[in-house]
Amino acid sequence: MKAIYSLILVLALVVIATLGAGAAKMQTIFAYCVPGTAFVIFVVGFVAKIIGWAKSPVPFRIPTTGGQQQSLDWIPQNKWDNPSTGPQTAMRMFLEIVTFRSLFRNTKVVLKHDDGKNPVVAYVSNKWLWLFAILFHYSFLIIVLRHMRLFLQPVPQVIVAIEFVDSVLQIYTPILYQTDTLILAGAGFLLARRLFDAKLRYISLVNDYFPLMLILAIALSGMYMRYIAKVDIMAIKEVVMGLTTFHFKAPVGIDISFYVHLFLVSTLLVYFPFSKLMHLGGVFLSPTRNLPNDTRMHHHENPWNNPAIKPHSYEAYEDEFREPMFEAGLPLEKNPEEAA
Amino acid sequence: MANILKPDEMIRSINYTPPATEWMETPIDLSPGRFAYPAKLDKVEYLMHEVPGVFGNPRTWNPEDADWKLPSNWKEIVVNGFKERLDKYRSLKVFMDICVRCGACADKCHFFIGGGDPKNMPVLRAELMRSIYRGEFTLAGKILGKLTGARVMEEDVLKEWFLYFYQCTECRRCSLYCPYGIDTAEVTMMARELLHLVGININWILEPAANCTRTGNHLGIQPHAFKDIVEFMVDDIETITGKRMNVPLNEKGHEVLFITPSGDAFADPGIYTFMGYLMLFDAIGLDYTLSTYASEGGNFGLFTHSDMMKAINGKMYSEANRLGCKWILGGECGHMWRVVNQYMDTMNGSLQGPQMQTPVNPITGTVFKNAKQTKMVHIAEFTADLIKHNKLKLDKSRNSDIIATWHDSCNTARGMGMFEEPRYVLQNVVDQFYDMPTNTIREQTFCCAGGSGLNTEEIMDIRMRGGLPRGNALKYVQDKHGVNTMACVCAIDRATLIPLADYWAPGVKITGLHELVANALILDGEEERTMNLRQEPLPGFEEE
Repeated sequence: MKAIYSLILVLALVVIATLGAGAAKMQTIFAYCVPGTAFVIFVVGFVAKIIGWAKSPVPFRIPTTGGQQQSLDWIPQNKWDNPSTGPQTAMRMFLEIVTFRSLFRNTKVVLKHDDGKNPVVAYVSNKWLWLFAILFHYSFLIIVLRHMRLFLQPVPQVIVAIEFVDSVLQIYTPILYQTDTLILAGAGFLLARRLFDAKLRYISLVNDYFPLMLILAIALSGMYMRYIAKVDIMAIKEVVMGLTTFHFKAPVGIDISFYVHLFLVSTLLVYFPFSKLMHLGGVFLSPTRNLPNDTRMHHHENPWNNPAIKPHSYEAYEDEFREPMFEAGLPLEKNPEEAA
Repeated sequence: MANILKPDEMIRSINYTPPATEWMETPIDLSPGRFAYPAKLDKVEYLMHEVPGVFGNPRTWNPEDADWKLPSNWKEIVVNGFKERLDKYRSLKVFMDICVRCGACADKCHFFIGGGDPKNMPVLRAELMRSIYRGEFTLAGKILGKLTGARVMEEDVLKEWFLYFYQCTECRRCSLYCPYGIDTAEVTMMARELLHLVGININWILEPAANCTRTGNHLGIQPHAFKDIVEFMVDDIETITGKRMNVPLNEKGHEVLFITPSGDAFADPGIYTFMGYLMLFDAIGLDYTLSTYASEGGNFGLFTHSDMMKAINGKMYSEANRLGCKWILGGECGHMWRVVNQYMDTMNGSLQGPQMQTPVNPITGTVFKNAKQTKMVHIAEFTADLIKHNKLKLDKSRNSDIIATWHDSCNTARGMGMFEEPRYVLQNVVDQFYDMPTNTIREQTFCCAGGSGLNTEEIMDIRMRGGLPRGNALKYVQDKHGVNTMACVCAIDRATLIPLADYWAPGVKITGLHELVANALILDGEEERTMNLRQEPLPGFEEE
């Protein structure tokens, strides 16, 4: 049901763009006003969210330690999974963000109890989620980078190089970018497991289906533009450059699919800062990953530490138990006579 | 043990298919056996007096009743408390926002693996709170409600929190696998703090916390009784070794203050571990003292509220100062070391007196640089250093009847990273050692299912279910290698793993690390040993 709501929502967005830019002839609004506003909302929303997180302090250093600590000199420390210095922590974060290291650990529980005699609970390696998540995210990244050719004149060499590698298989005309198919595979897998794995379906919300379907729709509309409608890229670049340099010209002769694509991207930009997609920023701020395991070595300051919280004092303890302590021959600060 | 299913029946009862109703519509089950008993009125009142602002609404109540006798403004208290914690903890704020519900954590929780209740999937456990976050604090959640997984605070939600945040042992296994490091322990801690504000609590946590505050230890052992216990142990050691040793208590002027969980002073098999410490200290001539005022290494404040944790923990430095000790040696414990390693100096570092110094092993000269700030060393680190420098005379053959495996405690694993030190010690005192399967040890270790204050009898069904992953891994090495002993460095484990092993892997006994060390340890001037610390005959001395 939640998946269907999300699908209807995405289709509605497609219809809005088709009608708005097509039938209603509001090309200027859909080419300039909507994406411009969306971009501002994205940037402001993203920054505001990060500032909002950063405003809350990190009272305690609580890294999840995933390997041997630094202790005695002759015991090798697992520096990447249990860092004790800044550079080691940076390495942990780098691996986390670039290789999805924690997700790579993933296992799947298998419970065999059919015969009931020798029940086995096993944990088998399960890297599918990691693989498709990597495919999805890297394809997304490369696609975003490739699109920078529309924003920059002249097109930087690095982007030309990315395009070259991405189309290295040289199949289909216009030449197929591999990332276009990979992002469909990645997002398709992520969606399929939500739909077909009962546990995943149980925890999934509209908040989960909607962005996936939106991104799939963006990819599909983009591919339609390139491979089927074969839109006029130069005309689009003029629009985009106009948007970034504030030289707005009424767009002419661009296929309607462009406006659909752009409207879906605008929706994603607006939706981004208010959604789980902010894991892009949040992953950098997670206190179980971005801190060294070093509070036995170095002091960490908690800004709201309350010095008024004191332990139940020894004096109060001795006052309560002085007699029996005295009788038991335990050392005392004040013997019963002094106290009396 | 309460009336619970037999192991094979329990295994067969596990079903990972979620119910047909969505989780927000699935009613909660508050029947007996599903929850731990609420705290006794006098304990709550005592703690309210000792640590103001943490506990509220003292009363006698029963979770089975429809009326939980909440204060009229309970909703306001909880929502405001939630807001306050979002501003105090970046962890909470980030964790409320960034979960993508990828489900990587879902089958990592021992309670889910052994029970199949979807609300025990870490992602859903956190959603119990996240849904309120969305409903109370985000615009989209307020407008769109359930469509975006949002809901508002209601009494049933509070009851659901009580059920499921007391079915989390704060073991952090889920956090290891989370691509964003979302830590359910952190979420559970916050939820429990909020529950305390309106008087929802469990006795198994608050009574130890109150005891610890008043008598110095969770078990409520008063100073003179503590002395008697130590005397008993000294007597037993004399019976076993022929040596009578002097154990300083509350004495000033010693170099080291030794603090261990009071569980070691009270029941089998912890007492053997305690005897092990005493024998070790005697063997190396350590200049140390015990304290009755700081006679607790553990800290049930960790399972309660950060202020409670700080107040209990502060005794360690206060007592080191009063007695003039240079550093603190800590005994075998799990959650104690989460506190010492990740919270202690931050909370109470300012209490350290000028006499405290970076710990140096007086026998080997090793400087414990990793403890230069807290001035506190784990005894497994200490003993590993002694053995590495050949300072202990060990006779492994006394443990030759033992085929051991090692249980990594959650907190020393994922809140510290102490893996090699205890294994090194263990392998130097026993000949036969086999680790459990890779995915169940070290950083991936499974909880005993009784941590974070849940080691109480009335929830035995939940505990045994949660104990399945550990129990099954233990059974595996028992069948494959004949393992008959599981050693650990955690006082809660030494209590909880016994029923767990009896249930899932009968025939395996549980020991502390230093029990095995002391069995192998040759003391100067001791008589020939014919029995182990449990006063069972050593190999070769069995009666015909």
